[in-house]
Amino acid sequence: MFLSLIPIAMLFAASADRTVDFDRDVRPIFQARCYGCHGPQLQTRGFRLDDGAAAMAGGNSGPAIVSGHADKSKLILRVSGAPGIGTMPPMGKRLTAEEVATLRAWIDQGAKWPQTEETTTAKPRSTHWAFQPVSKPALPDVKNRAWIRNPIDNFILARLEKQKIATSPEADKRTLLRRVSLDLTGLPPTPEETSAFVNDPRADAYERQVDRLLASPHFGEKWARHWLDQARYADSDGYEKDWFRPWAWRWRQWVIDAINHDMPFDEFTIEQIAGDLLPDATVEQKVATGFHRNTLTNREGGVDDAQFKFEDTLDRANTVGTVWLGLSVGCAQCHNHKYDPIPQKDTYQLFAFFDNVEEVNIDAPLPGETGAWMRTRAEYEAKRQALLEEYNVPELQAAWEKDLLFTIANPGKRTDWDLAWDCVLKLTEGGDGGKIVQTPPEKRTQRDQDILTDHFVRNYHFAVGQKKYNELKFKELDQKLTALKEQYPQLSQAMVIEESPKPHPTFLRVRGDYKTPGIEVHPDTLSVLPPLGVQGRAANRLDLARWLVRRDNPLTSRVTVNRLWQEIFGQGIAKSSDDFGTRGEKPSHPELLDWLASEFMDRGWSRKEMIRLMVTSATYRQSSDARPELKDIDPDNRLLARQSRLRLPAELIRDSALEASGLLDPEIGGKSVRPPQPAGVLELGYAGRSGARWVESAGPERYRRGLYVEYLRTTPYPQLANFDAPKASMTTCTRERSNSPLQALNLLNDPVFLEAAQALAVQTVSEPGDFGSRLQRAYERVVARDPDAKEKAKLEAYYTKQQRLLADDLTAQQKLAPYEPPGATRLETAAWTGVASVLLNLDEFITRE
Amino acid sequence: MRDLFATHSRRSFLRDCAAGIGTLALADILQAEGRTAADDPLAPKKPHFPPKAKNVIFLFQEGAPSQMDLFDPKPALKKWNGHPLPPSMTKDLKLAFIKPTAAVLASPREFKPYGQCGMELSDVIPFTAECADDLCLIRSMYSEAFNHHPGQLYLFTGHMIGGRPSMGAWVTYGLGSESRNLPAFVAMQSGSGTSAGSDNWSNGFLPSIYDGTVLRSSGDPILYLSNPDGITNESQRARLDVLRELNQTRLEKTGDQEIASRMHAYELAYRMQTAGPELADLSKETPATLDMYGIKDAKTKSYGTNLLLARRLVERGVRFVLVMQSGWDHHSEINKGLPKLCGQTDKPTAALLKDLKQRGLLDETLVVWGGEIGRTPMSEMRRPEEADNAGRDHHPNGFSLWMAGGGVKGGQVIGKTDELGLTITEDKVELHDLQATILHLLGLDHTRLTYRHLGRDFRLTDVGGQVIPRIMA
Repeated sequence: MFLSLIPIAMLFAASADRTVDFDRDVRPIFQARCYGCHGPQLQTRGFRLDDGAAAMAGGNSGPAIVSGHADKSKLILRVSGAPGIGTMPPMGKRLTAEEVATLRAWIDQGAKWPQTEETTTAKPRSTHWAFQPVSKPALPDVKNRAWIRNPIDNFILARLEKQKIATSPEADKRTLLRRVSLDLTGLPPTPEETSAFVNDPRADAYERQVDRLLASPHFGEKWARHWLDQARYADSDGYEKDWFRPWAWRWRQWVIDAINHDMPFDEFTIEQIAGDLLPDATVEQKVATGFHRNTLTNREGGVDDAQFKFEDTLDRANTVGTVWLGLSVGCAQCHNHKYDPIPQKDTYQLFAFFDNVEEVNIDAPLPGETGAWMRTRAEYEAKRQALLEEYNVPELQAAWEKDLLFTIANPGKRTDWDLAWDCVLKLTEGGDGGKIVQTPPEKRTQRDQDILTDHFVRNYHFAVGQKKYNELKFKELDQKLTALKEQYPQLSQAMVIEESPKPHPTFLRVRGDYKTPGIEVHPDTLSVLPPLGVQGRAANRLDLARWLVRRDNPLTSRVTVNRLWQEIFGQGIAKSSDDFGTRGEKPSHPELLDWLASEFMDRGWSRKEMIRLMVTSATYRQSSDARPELKDIDPDNRLLARQSRLRLPAELIRDSALEASGLLDPEIGGKSVRPPQPAGVLELGYAGRSGARWVESAGPERYRRGLYVEYLRTTPYPQLANFDAPKASMTTCTRERSNSPLQALNLLNDPVFLEAAQALAVQTVSEPGDFGSRLQRAYERVVARDPDAKEKAKLEAYYTKQQRLLADDLTAQQKLAPYEPPGATRLETAAWTGVASVLLNLDEFITRE
Repeated sequence: MRDLFATHSRRSFLRDCAAGIGTLALADILQAEGRTAADDPLAPKKPHFPPKAKNVIFLFQEGAPSQMDLFDPKPALKKWNGHPLPPSMTKDLKLAFIKPTAAVLASPREFKPYGQCGMELSDVIPFTAECADDLCLIRSMYSEAFNHHPGQLYLFTGHMIGGRPSMGAWVTYGLGSESRNLPAFVAMQSGSGTSAGSDNWSNGFLPSIYDGTVLRSSGDPILYLSNPDGITNESQRARLDVLRELNQTRLEKTGDQEIASRMHAYELAYRMQTAGPELADLSKETPATLDMYGIKDAKTKSYGTNLLLARRLVERGVRFVLVMQSGWDHHSEINKGLPKLCGQTDKPTAALLKDLKQRGLLDETLVVWGGEIGRTPMSEMRRPEEADNAGRDHHPNGFSLWMAGGGVKGGQVIGKTDELGLTITEDKVELHDLQATILHLLGLDHTRLTYRHLGRDFRLTDVGGQVIPRIMA
């Protein structure tokens, strides 16, 4: 600094009497030294120096040129190397003293930018394929027209013919039905379904099965799970105490219903992004916004709420970016995107749509709940009030609230009360405690009042100490209140979002740091994409939602059909289904992707129609057997000269075991369940400290599908974690399919799978017949086919050996066959449990072929 | 189609294993299996450059151990004891529970120099202090986080927001594992569960084979390791044999090599069923060893057992061992709680270092001891009328952590904090720097160890991290 000051002052004096000419003196400096990062190609930190208006407006942290005041201009501070502020240019030679002096003089003389300067602030353009409008390509012609079942096949076959690769034969009917059943409903076919299909000679027998499966309520479960991955759904908060979210499932239920009813994807989008802003929004439309409540919540004492509010908002913007647009918008949190045309400002414009979102819980009763609730409400409230009065709650709570209000106004006076206030902010269940306390009691809703009272009863000790709390017997009261609540009908609730009545402005965050606001930004979409087109008012989430599914949006339809394809064929046409940016993999069949995207929109954004199209194609119906001759030409099966064998996702492995063994509870929807889990899993999380334990669901609930298994983020259910269920902290568009010894141990030794084997054994021996016919029946249940002679011989030998090993071991017999069905001995049943367990461990069983 | 587990070779191989699990060279094992490293994502991979350490034992002290009561003497606090600091000194402090006006709490601990190097350490860790010459003590650790769960995420995943892979997952992703019979990355817990739970050993978005496997202190040592009730070892073997044959048939029919991988995984699982209990069985350890780790003493048993297991794990080629000890979050009663916890952990800690050393394992094993953040010089009094129960609040700016073993230059102190322990005055070491250095010691360049997810090449050190050469020998 010292070095630069004196010469500048001198030079400045020397040049001040000379009028600086922008084109002659200034532009060459900008051009030579600044355009690399602040020019037409790149606008680092949102700042560009090749355009007058943009240069004067400044960058992400505000104006850089103050006309007439060089000494107040950040540009001068930067180029002259003032302390505490990064020097520009950051690399290479510094500006000479003379150059700095010229810029100073130019600014001091009014920073005139000639009108003739050609403006180049047009929207950034990109030639990248994914940003081009969706077209509907003509169907390519093929030689082998007889193979074509629908237009998908034209695209696939044309490419194969070009490379002189033959297609694979159609899979046999059993494989085909098992494949399409697993793909559409996530459940293997029953022996009856298989035999009906195998014995159906009609030409459209397969299409009839597809219709049946599309209409099955299990379709919604299977396809909801894929959406849940993208929405980072879980049943817990995700941080520290990782509180259970008792109502998270209500949004999951909405998703299942919407998919079962084939809600058009545009509507599906609009309701989840902005259902609350629709005119006369229904409860269900509000429930849809629960998509955005799958963000994590940190209730740790002392956590900076502003930080987590910022992170939540950013996560919402990033998730929308990835799920709908297939773009890593989050990469521009700290700086302009390194590879894609996404300036940092764009990320914050998208962020701005969510910056005034408030999290609320609403009553969202399911059909049948309201009547009983209404009839019993008065009685419940009276009993509750009596309890509260018995423990002197109204009086104590009023005093507590008064002290809290004093604490809010005077922090630091009493640490215990500071803590009590922090706890109101962090630990209130089902509502915003801070807001309720600061609302006068007469203006609160009954619901809010109850929420605060519950918090008070549970957490009063933070204010008055454990001793006093114990004397008041509030723990006992808490238990009584909970018991009372459980005695009476409840309304289901939903976690939703709504717009704040008092919106605040949104600021870009310099370097992505929530503590460093930069320029103000307004809700808007990515500048490389078609404009939002909102004029004369601030844009809101509903505008964003509608823009996402506008016909001229080149991404949503492509991204969405690509993910449907990925679920059906194992990988997307564009393989990186989470990245349609310039670094993502190019689609293997770009015309097909476009054709599908436009078809999707033409068919009213119907997912079922698109899935039907995919699974009825000849491409889909091919055998999945390996083609050794293609190993080098097409190792990853991108050309689809065959189907792929795919290991089932975690939930479907559970579902298949339960279905094949007859244990599955087919109930659709509802709250999450807890199947058996070994002690010590939940305890490894923080929740274990406060005595939380995994209480197994009683009755049929423990046999519900994997989709309903309670997923606690810090202590996930082991079987789901072992088989690559996503961690649900950020969006997941593609699941890994790993293959590990822990998976083997899980299937071999987990009591859940042993129970399935026991049930399958009982089913098998309950039917008459010899070993062979029983085995055939079991095979049908498990892999929808008959065993061949070799398989039968091996299993029979094993069965005989089991009988021999178990013959004298009555205890083992009882463990393996706790139930002795009529028509079979315990020994037979126990030996069959062994056989069933082998079948449930077959690679084929956990694979969609 | 090749038969990967032709009965004869498998049987003889299993016999070999039973004779010397953990001692077999990996190449031999792969050869016996007819496999190459390319088939197996956990096969050892070549590091970016020659490593100084092969394995890591991370002794994670969860909850934020108080540096001024353990590693960073602050005699100047005595002068201020019981009084608030002037606002000019506290204006930039970020605090969780207390206000900047909280009174200072001097440490009652005695510090004195230890070892040849004369490292000043507290009287509550006399055993660790004996190893001073092996320790590289960093007194200038810095974290952006100031709460536990974000702090733990920052320490182990390089980012305060969840969802990313943990350090152990990154390391096994980068290096694979030398062990065929045990998981590559093992986590153990002493005390109650940690704030971040499984995030501390999570594979994040990496494939689940890189997930840390919990070695449990009760029940099965590894989840689902033992045969279900009613299935003997013989019947388990028979079950696996027929399963292998049936899978082989399917492999021949479909030609899908994934089936071969699955068959391999089942054999590994079977071996793990033997290796797991063998690992957990401490009966062959000498009484002197058990004594050294404090396993016979109820006080030190839990942590001591985990540390002895940690040694046994790295002996068997396990790449990354995470031992978690919770309970350091002394918001209250620090002068009772801290000595108590040190009493449970100090002796085993020193035992591990000495034991690794005497077995020649310390040179190739990096040991790291530390928490996610540190604590304030000011006191926290949850109830003002109970002054004896004072504790300390969270303080991420200038906490202490030590490293020892594989490639670390022992007997030195890096970094300084000011005389009150409020700020770092010399050689700030950010968590990303620590991560970069740990990876460097393992032969990995932290900027090159990346994984593409959601369109971005993620790394453990996020966008930061500089290797600290001074840490290294």
